[in-house]
Amino acid sequence: MAKVGVLALQGDFEKHIQMLDRLGVPAVEVREKSQLDEIDGLIIPGGESTTIGKLLVRYGMLEPLQTFARGGKPIYGTCAGAILLAKEIEGSHQDRIGVLDITVRRNAYGRQIESFEADIFIPRIGELPVRGVFIRAPVIKHVADGVEVLSRFGDDPVLVKQGNLLASTFHPELTNDTRIHAFFLSLFPV
Amino acid sequence: MSDILWSEKQKATWRNKVGLAEMLKGGVIMDVVNAEQAKIAEEAGAVAVMALERVPADIRAQGGVARMSDPKLIREIQDAVSIPVMAKCRIGHFVEAQILEALGVDFIDESEVLTPADDRYHVYKHDFKVPFVCGCRNLGEALRRIAEGAAMIRTKGEAGTGDIVEAVRHMRTVMDEIRRIQHLPIEELMTAAKEMGAPFELVLEVARKGKLPVPNFSAGGIATPADAALMMQLGAEAVFVGSGIFKSKNPARRARAIVEAVTYYNDPVKLAEISTDLGEPMLGISARALPETEQLAVRGW
Repeated sequence: MAKVGVLALQGDFEKHIQMLDRLGVPAVEVREKSQLDEIDGLIIPGGESTTIGKLLVRYGMLEPLQTFARGGKPIYGTCAGAILLAKEIEGSHQDRIGVLDITVRRNAYGRQIESFEADIFIPRIGELPVRGVFIRAPVIKHVADGVEVLSRFGDDPVLVKQGNLLASTFHPELTNDTRIHAFFLSLFPV
Repeated sequence: MSDILWSEKQKATWRNKVGLAEMLKGGVIMDVVNAEQAKIAEEAGAVAVMALERVPADIRAQGGVARMSDPKLIREIQDAVSIPVMAKCRIGHFVEAQILEALGVDFIDESEVLTPADDRYHVYKHDFKVPFVCGCRNLGEALRRIAEGAAMIRTKGEAGTGDIVEAVRHMRTVMDEIRRIQHLPIEELMTAAKEMGAPFELVLEVARKGKLPVPNFSAGGIATPADAALMMQLGAEAVFVGSGIFKSKNPARRARAIVEAVTYYNDPVKLAEISTDLGEPMLGISARALPETEQLAVRGW
């Protein structure tokens, strides 16, 4: 069975581990670069993208993660995780893995009082909507050629995929709906 | 009896409020008194800052009535950083809370560090769209605050002392009480709820799940990376550091070290490295030597 890691430097990594657990997939908390050799794919959780980015730099994990991504291993980033995967972050030089061809704007809906929930339709995973929990969420302002938009909320992409990389601006890990995590696991080579 | 847990029956906004608390887990929330300190905190890797006019050590030293900060200061700090900004209102001062919500702060701390505005009642926090964090010394106090709508709990410790003993005592008390009610037969839970002064439904939920329905952070007296890691090993899910950073000799270095200690709290080899050469910590005062009139943790009903 594929071994899935969840980056556990900061954020809601425990919630992702619980999702994987429900799907019967054991997950490892990843805090060391050496652990990247032992896993087949990685989830980057929600949290504070600046904090996680700084810790990635301080503990020498940024380049190994770029290599991990370019090697074709699946990575799924939610919210802060999506920001860390993005190549471009509007108006920011913050540290990032920068492998996914998208441009994001942080906190684009506003402060916490503007956080919201909405039904998100994702034809690829089924007819019934996913309940999207958006918390100080970023907006994906631009996607390059080769990036598939799997779902939009209004005009803005909220779930995108480029080869082995998956990113959502919302938090399926805060709901009981495991379909997006199951879809992520389907990206693993058999 | 219904199988649906208390927290599953709350309105949609509840998930968003608790969700932000989830995002702050494994992080450090730092007290700052101006935009410059807020930037130092963000640069060090803080997950959020608490905007206030005086850190608890100065409130303690200067005395007088401690109130909500001037909105001008809060706005300056909001403009200076991209991470969430929290601010404190006095216990029971729902108008200060309304003002903080209007300012768009990301979390309100209804805090015993400020002088209480009400000596019997707390703010009814479900009425607000902005999430609240409240302090507690034991499980009953935690569950009363959650029932009122707090989306995050922090054990109080004794703010502004730099002494970890009260933070440890409060965290151990909460964790012990959770472990205790998990093992009680169901017919004993109503009496347990009565004795703790906690809502029965929430006692049932904690007994079944073995944890609070909202994240549980630690505050009040953390001054070193080892203190932060100690609280994490005792069960805290993140830490608040007040006076401990900007009352030390080298705030930037200490702030960064505490951030790293919260991530690697279970790795003594890394903690040794992280704790090295940080400069003088805050001097501090012994929390156990304080007369009751000077203890902040006893505020809260």
